[in-house]
Amino acid sequence: MIRWAIIFSLLLAFGALRLSIEDALTEQHRSAYFHQARLGLDLREQIGQLGFLAALSGFRSLVADVAFIQAHVAWERTEWGRVLLLFREATTLQPRSVLFWDMAAWHMAWNASVAASHDPFLTNNALRHKAQDEYVALGKDFLERGIKNNPDRPQLYESLARLYKEKLNNHAAAARLFARAAALPSAPERDKRFAAYELSYVPGHEREAYEALRELYDRGEHERLPTLCTRLKYLEQKLAIPLDERAF
Amino acid sequence: MPPTLPKKMKTANDLDGKKRRHASAKSVVNSFVVKHRPFSFLRIAAITGNTLTELVRLKVFYFLLIFALLLIANSLFMARLSFQQEFQVLKDVSLGAMSIFSSLLAIVATAQLIPRDLEDRTIYTILAKPVPRHEYLMGKLAGVLLLLALSILAMSALFLVLLFVREHILVNETLRATASLRPEQIQEALHSLKASAFNANLFPGIVIIYLKAALLAALTLLISTFASSNIFTILVMVFVYFIGHLEATAREYWLQDHSSCGWLVKAFLALVALAFPDLQLFNLVDDIVAGTAIPMTLFTQTAVLGCVYTSIYLFLAWVAFQGKEL
Repeated sequence: MIRWAIIFSLLLAFGALRLSIEDALTEQHRSAYFHQARLGLDLREQIGQLGFLAALSGFRSLVADVAFIQAHVAWERTEWGRVLLLFREATTLQPRSVLFWDMAAWHMAWNASVAASHDPFLTNNALRHKAQDEYVALGKDFLERGIKNNPDRPQLYESLARLYKEKLNNHAAAARLFARAAALPSAPERDKRFAAYELSYVPGHEREAYEALRELYDRGEHERLPTLCTRLKYLEQKLAIPLDERAF
Repeated sequence: MPPTLPKKMKTANDLDGKKRRHASAKSVVNSFVVKHRPFSFLRIAAITGNTLTELVRLKVFYFLLIFALLLIANSLFMARLSFQQEFQVLKDVSLGAMSIFSSLLAIVATAQLIPRDLEDRTIYTILAKPVPRHEYLMGKLAGVLLLLALSILAMSALFLVLLFVREHILVNETLRATASLRPEQIQEALHSLKASAFNANLFPGIVIIYLKAALLAALTLLISTFASSNIFTILVMVFVYFIGHLEATAREYWLQDHSSCGWLVKAFLALVALAFPDLQLFNLVDDIVAGTAIPMTLFTQTAVLGCVYTSIYLFLAWVAFQGKEL
């Protein structure tokens, strides 16, 4: 009996010793973007007791994959409400997966919103527009939350920029987001170019856009792509750049 | 009558001869007998080898291994989605299978080591020889760790081969589909595909899976030193496994100031935080698959913590086993 008491005391002493170490290590893990998922009671209601237990037992990623595959099936059946719920589950369980956020936003802002604009159950155009806007907002919300969870990755900034450009016609926001993506170390070269393109559509920022495009143009042949040349030519004319300074 | 030697003289000669014979015999024995050492790697290695052989002969482990390999293979055909989705599901399923099977193997294999030796009475044969109990335990645990290492190596090899084959097939498909595009665009497509397929961070993730299994094996050994049967040990370890994944939540809740919870709840949370291992710290593969990079210092700290856990549980198992009446 005394031996067991000694063993239990040693176990607790070891627990007390490692307490601060583990707490610090958990913090370090979180700052390196590990264990970001917040598994609350609302999620338990969504995924059920068994799924929640699996998620808590180290199979969070697998449960997220199952939700993602179910969302894919729901999309094939155009069950948009179910798609939304399943993507919410998948992104809550695996917030570091850029793919889940991106796909969720794409399904909402592009697929579901277009489907809503042709929905025969909605009686008039005003309702269709309203539904369409709501789906776009849902897509935007997915991307914004995705960026909060993945501020170190350029893909979601790019997707949100595309959403602003194509769905909300907000080129200033799109330019700002492409520029933020371009500032990240893992960003592709195109982001800087896209930021300049978008800026060229923003009234009052023509000079800024012209300088950005001209800088890219001067880098060499590999940057002189058709869109860049078109926008640069347009801005040269609009800003009345002296002929000897013009590229075109 | 022939003259006889005096009696005293005869006895002295006999004694000299006996002494000489005894001395020479002692020197011969000494030259063959190795002095007993309190700690011997050779003895541990012998027990390790024997334990590994015993475990490998058990069909249940082949079944688990085949099941794990089948699951990994199945994951290849599960997702008919885009290449990013396919690779993510493949990696999640494979690493999830590796994690669950290595943990199960660690618990099931270790739980039956001591009860089986007691049942077969081999423990009496081993401990009757000059084998200290700590060496016996170390040998047993090393055997399980070796088995786990071999299983994880086999599963990792299959997983990486699958990943490589799928990547190769998709690269060829992409090259065919993008033949009309500019070389930069093709390169970008290929880069994106390769980035979502193999990730060097998977290796530290697999090492952490192994360390988690090693921790569980050492803890199972501790439980089995006082358990009455291996079923009891396995059941206790299943509970430990689940509670261990919630330990971080209990610890956070306990350490943060929650005035609403009573002393009983706080005492319970403290008990969970102090007595159970934090298994959530060893769950890094979920985020590694999602593309999170693991810094070297973080990996080293987590690995060291895993080794410390294993060593402490082995030490406690020795304390429990040392005074146990067999």
